[in-house]
Amino acid sequence: MRKLRIVGRYVVMSLCAAAMIGPFVWMVLAALKTDADIRAVPPTILPDPITGENFSRVTDAFDFWRFTANSVGIAIASTILQLVTATSAAYAFARIEFRGRNALFGLYLATMMIPLQVVIVPLFIEMRNLGLVDSYAGLLLPTIVSSFGTFLMRQAFLGLPTELDEAAFIDGANHFQVFTKVLLPLVKPALATFAVFAFMSTWNSFLWPLVITQASDRHVTLPVGLSRLNGRFGTDWNVVMAGSVISIVPIVAFYLVTQRWVIRSVAFTGMK
Amino acid sequence: MVGQSGFKKALTVSVFLGPSLLALLAFSIGPMLGTVWVSFQEWNLIRDAEFIGLENYRELWGDDDFRRALLNTLYYLVGYLPLVIIGGLGLALLVNSKFKGVAMFRAMYFLPVVTSWVVVALLWKWLLNPNDGVVNWALGLVGIDGPGWWTDPTWAMPSIILASAWKDLGFVMIILLAGLQSIDESLYEAAKIDGAGPWRRLRSITVPMLTPSLFFVVVISLINGFQVFDQVWVMTNGGPVGSSTVVVEQIVKNTFTFGRAGYASAMSVVLFVIILIVTALQMRMQKRWVFYG
Repeated sequence: MRKLRIVGRYVVMSLCAAAMIGPFVWMVLAALKTDADIRAVPPTILPDPITGENFSRVTDAFDFWRFTANSVGIAIASTILQLVTATSAAYAFARIEFRGRNALFGLYLATMMIPLQVVIVPLFIEMRNLGLVDSYAGLLLPTIVSSFGTFLMRQAFLGLPTELDEAAFIDGANHFQVFTKVLLPLVKPALATFAVFAFMSTWNSFLWPLVITQASDRHVTLPVGLSRLNGRFGTDWNVVMAGSVISIVPIVAFYLVTQRWVIRSVAFTGMK
Repeated sequence: MVGQSGFKKALTVSVFLGPSLLALLAFSIGPMLGTVWVSFQEWNLIRDAEFIGLENYRELWGDDDFRRALLNTLYYLVGYLPLVIIGGLGLALLVNSKFKGVAMFRAMYFLPVVTSWVVVALLWKWLLNPNDGVVNWALGLVGIDGPGWWTDPTWAMPSIILASAWKDLGFVMIILLAGLQSIDESLYEAAKIDGAGPWRRLRSITVPMLTPSLFFVVVISLINGFQVFDQVWVMTNGGPVGSSTVVVEQIVKNTFTFGRAGYASAMSVVLFVIILIVTALQMRMQKRWVFYG
């Protein structure tokens, strides 16, 4: 009876796994199929013959490597800047007493309620007035601060005893030294959590890059490039899937390496 | 700090807070106020803006497309929320205990979460392709004549809901899993001694103890749900014949296609107010059903 239950559990879990992984497998198989193969009715399961042509068609159709470089560059730059702006603000909120601190922190929290979707028009106008439409700066700037990250890092700092700072101050350290030398090394797990989040959200973001890069092909990121592929190769699903495969390889590799970490950190932030 | 002058302290605070505060003002708070301001203008982004007061809002009130977008957004939420919450809870319960390979299953269920919306939308657009999609082919094998999915006005929104739920199930699972793992084991032991069966334990212990996590997931999902855009843009572009149009897609189209930035901003303000009201309502309602042990 007990054994039967265990077997039953594995069967259900495997079915669910098939539902979650199956589409990805189908995507990879499609990317390797020829034009005739992809249109076959009933659909063939395994690509026969296997072709790598779709990948070169994707890279020929667009400046694919440039889009990839754009995505990687923006995601890394955004992650680093978010870490800097959010941790330093979090330090001030957690460790320096100043007038209006709570009100200001409340303001930070309130901005979490303002989605990009709601401010997209003025944000676009602002970037246009600054001459930053279709530029890396325009792509990057709105992503450089995260009030959610500030909140997360403040929690991490609040978890550390204030005796640490006091001891350092007695030794003649200033706030900047306490921040970088004493506290930051102690919140590495929270930093890593936040970095993973920041990287994934910038890497996958679509609406802002779509809007700000529409004038040309130079600053397009992978998701936007892919969505353009959708129109051009609407019926050549093998080409579209090849593009999709290329675009998820980096993030899936990143995920597989940091997987335990990602899952734990999402769970952690969910608990608040 | 002891003996620190007011000026020096102010300087320190501004160095630490300055960058993020400036960025927030420039890219979030400022534009938010800007949205309100632009919503009172008639403006196509090229000519000079013209102040027209509440005219945009009045027009919104009678705009069938916007009404449809609002109703569709609601439709999306009504379909999507139960699917991800119940499905996510099911998955979480499935992978809650310790056994061989459980980490691998969790990782697999979470994979769609790390994938971008664009890829998920493209993938499902193809899987649900009415002519040569694998879903309709599989349905055909068991004798079901699959619908036209995203090419059929009736099925366009369900197609989007299906893809969205598939992507977010893993996220809900992980949040609920964390909640499940913080439940004290001794509660179950006591219930077992009292003769409570598995179903009873689920209803009387697991679900009540899980309500804070459920609350978090519902709040986040609702806020995100009102902003649904990427998958609509890629899968249906709001069509066919407006059957899957949503609020954000109307905002983008009005700004960049129809050149009506003021009108789109009025939509943004309405969307923001709705999100604010719904979130505030939930905060008030939480006393009724959320149980903080």
